Amino acid sequence: MHIELEKRARVSTLFSILSPLLALALTLVFGLVMFWLLGKSPLGALYSFFVEPLLEVWSLHELAVKAAPLILIAVGLAICYRSNNWNIGAEGQFTIGAITGSILPVMNPEWHSPLILPLMLLMGMAGGAFYAAIPALLKTRFNTNEILTSLMLVYIAQLYLDWLTRGPWRDPQGYNFPQTKSFQIEAVLPEVLSSGRAHWGFIFALVAAVALWFMMRFMLKGFQVSVLGQSERAGRFAGFSARRMVWFSMLLSGALAGLAGISEVSGSIGHLQPSISPGYGFTAIIVAFLGRLNPLGIVASGLVLALTYLGGEAAQLSIGISDKVSRVFQGLLLFFVLSCDTLIHYKIRLVLAGATTGEARR
Amino acid sequence: MTLPEGPAAVPLLSVRGLTKLFGSFAACNAIDLDIAAGEIHALLGENGAGKSTLVKMLFGVLQPSAGQILWEGTPVTISSPGEARRLGVGMVFQHFSLFEALTVAENIALSLDPKISLSKISDEAAALSKAYGLPLDPKAHVADLSVGERQRIEIVRALLQNPKLIILDEPTSVLTPQEADRLFETLFKLKAEGRSVLYISHRLEEVRRICDRATVLRHGRVTGACDPKLETPASLARMMVGSDVAQVHRDSAEALGDIRIEVTDLSVPARTPFAVSLKNISLKVRAGEVLAIAGVAGNGQGELFDALSGEYPVADDEAIRIRGKAVGGMGINGRRLLGAGFVPEERHGHAAVSALPLSDNLLLARSQSDKQAFLSGGAVSIIRQDAIRSATRRICEAMDVRKSGEDPLAGSLSGGNLQKFIVGRELDRQPAVLIVNQPTWGVDAGAASRIRQALIDLAKAGSAVVVISQDLDEIFEVATNIAVISEGQLSDPHPAGTLTLERIGLMMGGIHESHSIPEAAHAH
Repeated sequence: MHIELEKRARVSTLFSILSPLLALALTLVFGLVMFWLLGKSPLGALYSFFVEPLLEVWSLHELAVKAAPLILIAVGLAICYRSNNWNIGAEGQFTIGAITGSILPVMNPEWHSPLILPLMLLMGMAGGAFYAAIPALLKTRFNTNEILTSLMLVYIAQLYLDWLTRGPWRDPQGYNFPQTKSFQIEAVLPEVLSSGRAHWGFIFALVAAVALWFMMRFMLKGFQVSVLGQSERAGRFAGFSARRMVWFSMLLSGALAGLAGISEVSGSIGHLQPSISPGYGFTAIIVAFLGRLNPLGIVASGLVLALTYLGGEAAQLSIGISDKVSRVFQGLLLFFVLSCDTLIHYKIRLVLAGATTGEARR
Repeated sequence: MTLPEGPAAVPLLSVRGLTKLFGSFAACNAIDLDIAAGEIHALLGENGAGKSTLVKMLFGVLQPSAGQILWEGTPVTISSPGEARRLGVGMVFQHFSLFEALTVAENIALSLDPKISLSKISDEAAALSKAYGLPLDPKAHVADLSVGERQRIEIVRALLQNPKLIILDEPTSVLTPQEADRLFETLFKLKAEGRSVLYISHRLEEVRRICDRATVLRHGRVTGACDPKLETPASLARMMVGSDVAQVHRDSAEALGDIRIEVTDLSVPARTPFAVSLKNISLKVRAGEVLAIAGVAGNGQGELFDALSGEYPVADDEAIRIRGKAVGGMGINGRRLLGAGFVPEERHGHAAVSALPLSDNLLLARSQSDKQAFLSGGAVSIIRQDAIRSATRRICEAMDVRKSGEDPLAGSLSGGNLQKFIVGRELDRQPAVLIVNQPTWGVDAGAASRIRQALIDLAKAGSAVVVISQDLDEIFEVATNIAVISEGQLSDPHPAGTLTLERIGLMMGGIHESHSIPEAAHAH
């Protein structure tokens, strides 16, 4: 007996929808096993991980705070990936966006103008886009692999931020803590509702998701993305430029990651510090794939992944296990998403040796 | 097993009820076939008839879902190509599996026992190639060889195993007529030694010429077994297609109009190490004319198409003129806006994106030329799905594209139907100039005749048509004038009526080089 993967005649719509759900279910099952092996009550642990954070208003706000950067980054990455450009360095673009966006409040703490916030957001986007332009330039000019270059640039960005906050940008009145002055009130991204911390970053994320969904669904630009992503040769036949698509997708995803960066710093941290992200830029890759590279799907998957962050914190508090558990869940989820996608293109058949003759003569 | 009545009565290979299912689709359905020792047996059928699936099962690449294979009267299970070779089956595939950067001997060594030394292989290969009239230099690099020579490597590689049965998959589709004649001589030698040949083809004339028996497949079933010498091409075609194939009609002596596309002294360096550079190509095509460019695959056809279409614009703006305008440096959409249409050779991933529906594939070729109709919203460029859908319907009706559902994925159509759509997509615009590369490559006979007729009708309606093709029958069917491309050079065009198959064959073999003329003549 053996297992055979048989290619489907056409893509299964059923499994396109079912595959992420199946992946979620498998992740939960393996989560149960993991908690059991850790000696915790599996159901209780899952409850505090995935359910408890949804029961309180304040923690729903936290969910939105965490989902905002994930969704913003992931919708940009989805466009990149659809066009066959593999930007892995969103974490770096996020960091640089946070730095360039913070130039105004850090350098001019006394500037109290309503202009400062929109300018910060624009500068954050410009910074992220600039940082993504480096791998784009290297790819279009020298045909380097953007996976490697964009990833390596992440560490440069993080160390640069570290140096800034410990060195030139450190708050002199900050008791030697490695962080900048707190931003003036005009430079802080306001909350959406008075009931909690969720800030406008979440609204930006929703707007970006809808706008990019519209682009992919109805606009020629979206069509170019999917044609060039599937076949560069066919794209050339259509007169679309693959080089320009590298620039477009990298700059777009870089700008959105930069916007996420400055929104996070301005909306929920309030100053720059060496660590501003629990790995949003990398987790967003999972978000993008779990959302089927569809901007609307990404809104849902962004919320799910945000929950793993909250759950990790909650589990740490209530049952005393390391918040690294959220990392494990994220890894499991990506693994199962990618493997369940096989079912979209293939059928699985158990073949009993010698039993194939029965159906043959029809 | 019952005892055989006599050694001669047992066929070398028998196939009984052989079936291969892919899901619920039967690529081969209860096939019976006998190949006697010392015969050349033809396997005839259109693309998709199940020929390749059948031979893949005989060579152990695929496993049958049901049925039996008997080798010299004994049931066998051929689980791998290695197993097939041990039994005595050799195979020459249509698409060669050779490493271009390695030498002939190294390529042969790859398929043999690693313990045998390279010099021994060289000697044996040289001896074999001499014995069977397959001239081959074991030390030559594959990249430098012609397609015909590459095929010889595959044949010698198969012969080194001393097989009793040699399977050849569409061997002449890449050969000039003279090269094909040489191949036939080799096959007759093999036959005289008592070896059997299973010869897969859809070329009826050559099957009638060289084969002793023929088995015809259609839709995965055997639809005829005959002696091809007693049949006519028409009767064989009927067995293959299941109905009479429409003849292509062409009125003679159309009046030609103004020059629509003119190429002057076009030279393009090779883009990659294995590409062909174009050298001083000149051509002129007038309204109402079909210029056919013949040539063996890999002599610069793809490169010429790239330059004419503008997918890769050329440095010299004046080298190409479409309707009098210099367009050498212009991209493909600029040329489309001047009224040109293009059909590349490769359907999947070049002319069409397999995973996108037909309507998207219509937009693929016409997003700029039909901007007014297909896009709205100015710079935002919103796609007008309804307009594109109705144009897709119109094209499918005009070209009789058979499909499942309203707007299926391009990849779900058969080759012939997708090609009809791709050609129809351009015809729908009434292009002033149409450039087509291999219009009916891998297309069934019905679709091929429809496409050829459409090309002729387009020229008759006053367009200039350039057809790049390897298929000489096709060229004679459609062409007003014929030129031949060889090693990136284009011959002068000749009126189709003044050329014979023979002469074209000589030109295809490289008339530009003096040494190949005596070599080709020697084949007769």
